[in-house]
Amino acid sequence: MSEASHLDVVIPSDTSRGSEVQEQILALMEGKGFTDRDLFGVKLALEEAIVNAIKHGNQLDPGKTVQITCDITDQRAIIIIEDQGEGFDPSDVPDPTDEENLDKASGRGLMLMRAFMTSVTHNENGNRVRMEKEKSAE
Amino acid sequence: MAAGQRKLDIDQIGDVTVARFVDKKILDENNIQIIGNQLFGLVEEDGRKRIILDFTNVEYLSSAALGKLITMDKKVKAAGGKLRLCSIRPDIYEVFAITRLNKLFDIQDDQDAAMAGF
Repeated sequence: MSEASHLDVVIPSDTSRGSEVQEQILALMEGKGFTDRDLFGVKLALEEAIVNAIKHGNQLDPGKTVQITCDITDQRAIIIIEDQGEGFDPSDVPDPTDEENLDKASGRGLMLMRAFMTSVTHNENGNRVRMEKEKSAE
Repeated sequence: MAAGQRKLDIDQIGDVTVARFVDKKILDENNIQIIGNQLFGLVEEDGRKRIILDFTNVEYLSSAALGKLITMDKKVKAAGGKLRLCSIRPDIYEVFAITRLNKLFDIQDDQDAAMAGF
């Protein structure tokens, strides 16, 4: 078994910086033999989580930052993203697949994160999300 | 100039406009904003009413991109037109299925199927 890969970065509220971190995390996962399908799901979930942190959490405030921590072993990737916003209650987010919400232009990010990761949990304050992805069988 | 980047390849086949996404990734707020504006321009500036969006090149797409597609669908319908989506790879189709947007959009397997009876 190889050693765990670890990444800990702080980025400003800028989505292009978020994309760079995504690529770093995906490269580490690729190195650990995660499947293309795993990488697809994690990329999608990371995109949604980082945009949420920057846009909804930090409200695009250039004075606020997002901390991204990641630990990857041969079995799983654990990614923690924390913003400096006021947080939110995930149970307040309406179901985007309800008939009344189906044609709304936003509100699907959290659902996609949950669909593509093995688990997605928030801290009590709602400004930190922990996402876990177990490696799929080849 | 980023705002001047062409994000759609346009083909006119009879009275049907086929718009093929150029990028592999429809991610990042700025990028999605530009793509949205180019999509909306097809209806609002060019007055096109029968539009097929071809996803052949698209490997990734985020919820913000889905939002633009929903707004596009509304604009086309408001103009009395029709919008179809085609050539969506299985990974991406799953994103539509999870969010039930496969029920909202008219999605066809490929461009020929999208052209048929349009």
